[in-house]
Amino acid sequence: MQLFTCPFCGERDETEFAFEAEAGKTRPEPAANVSADAWARFLHFADNPRGATREIWLHSTCGEFFMMERDTVSHAVMASISLRGGNE
Amino acid sequence: MIDEVCLTRRYSAFGLLREGLRGHSGWQPAWRSPQPKKRYDAVVIGGGGQGLATAYYLAKNHGIANVAVLEKSWLGGGNTGRNTSTIRSNYFYPESVALYDFALKLYEGLSRELNYNVMLSQRGVVTVSHSDAEMEMAARLVNAMQINGTDAELLDRNGVLEKAPLLNTTDQARYPIFGGTWQGRAGVARHDAVAWGYARAADARGVDIIQNCEVTGFLVEDGRCVGVETSLGEIRCDAVGLAVAGHSGVLAAKAGFQLPIRSYSLQAMVSEPVKPCLDTVLLYLGTGTYLFQSDKGEIVLGGGLDRVPSYAQRGNPPMQSQVISGMLEMFPAFGQLRMLRQWAGVVDVVPDSSPIIGPSPLPGLYLNCGWGTGGFKSIPAGGWLLANLLATGEHHDISRPFDLERFATGRLVDEAAGSGIAH
Repeated sequence: MQLFTCPFCGERDETEFAFEAEAGKTRPEPAANVSADAWARFLHFADNPRGATREIWLHSTCGEFFMMERDTVSHAVMASISLRGGNE
Repeated sequence: MIDEVCLTRRYSAFGLLREGLRGHSGWQPAWRSPQPKKRYDAVVIGGGGQGLATAYYLAKNHGIANVAVLEKSWLGGGNTGRNTSTIRSNYFYPESVALYDFALKLYEGLSRELNYNVMLSQRGVVTVSHSDAEMEMAARLVNAMQINGTDAELLDRNGVLEKAPLLNTTDQARYPIFGGTWQGRAGVARHDAVAWGYARAADARGVDIIQNCEVTGFLVEDGRCVGVETSLGEIRCDAVGLAVAGHSGVLAAKAGFQLPIRSYSLQAMVSEPVKPCLDTVLLYLGTGTYLFQSDKGEIVLGGGLDRVPSYAQRGNPPMQSQVISGMLEMFPAFGQLRMLRQWAGVVDVVPDSSPIIGPSPLPGLYLNCGWGTGGFKSIPAGGWLLANLLATGEHHDISRPFDLERFATGRLVDEAAGSGIAH
């Protein structure tokens, strides 16, 4: 069982966490000006990198969204970063 | 060349007998190991079942034999060698049944066609429902499958227990058996034999199979893909096919585009061999665990994806324990089995759990990916359809709904919700 670190709760079992998205995506606005291609890219398309990656995760048990830097091959976690403004 | 005569020799019972009598000294390699040429009509990236089948059907259906299959490692060492070898077409949507049943029909004639025993065993698949509501969904799926032209039956509780008498029938069962769906033409096949059979048959038609050759980039001229850069040098060609499953995103990045794919580990395991006790493939909707007994007697079992995006061919412990606890719920008698091996493959998961077959954003490069957890069962169809794209530049009617454009048009083929199977 791997341990991930929630910035709010600390180390917890991997089963408590849910992958949400790759970091760095911005929802295109305003909706009226967003083409079908741009919307599809936002909704579905991703880099899906092999190796170092930055992702948004949810700690399901406390509800905290945060950013995790980790490696998709070794599963090493480099950092868990709070998304709360002004923190750390 | 003498070698070529030997390579194209047909396998037969007589040949087996003859070799048995002379100490098996006359067998020849089943395919050549040539150096790559500078130029081919078509290059297929990925020497798994899908890529090898693509090369075979390019030569057989389209007369294009000046083809190279480039494999960065050894043939069939990726997901083709890491799946649980189940073949079925119990899907909900017409587009999906047309695709997967096409694959199943090709599988049914494959051993004879390739002159290579892929050990197809059509022992059927039972998907068990655990409530009245699930039985209604099962009836809906069976009706859809029958309308779409494939075989399906609705089983009641006794029907399920006739197929698998060892199932958990106690009052304490967490997932009681109400009935289920049955597809009798489904089954299992020897996964390595599928890769090796296609490799041998493609080689016999003149295809170059090049192992230990990694594609490191794409040659692009005037906005069109005209070849690949590899660890063995540049190879130019008219069309490139991409059949690399979980690593599709890595190669798409080299070609300059993204895909709607996330890579996950999908794991499986086998027990020690035991006497015959299960002669069908069995899936519980409740546990998500499915299993069957191999010809050697091992219980082969698998389940859903690891929930951590991953390129590691290992698998994490939480899903392992979930799959095993599922097996214990289904077959309490299997609690005394010792597990022998566990492994994982990196699968290419798409939001609607349907494959992507069609042109890529880079002209001259064609996609066959996104099979997710179902790549093995679709090898003959995936290869047939990618070959058609490489040869003609046009979709076959069966592959058209699975074009990449569906993510922009919104016309998804959402089997993740439709077919009620573990993903």
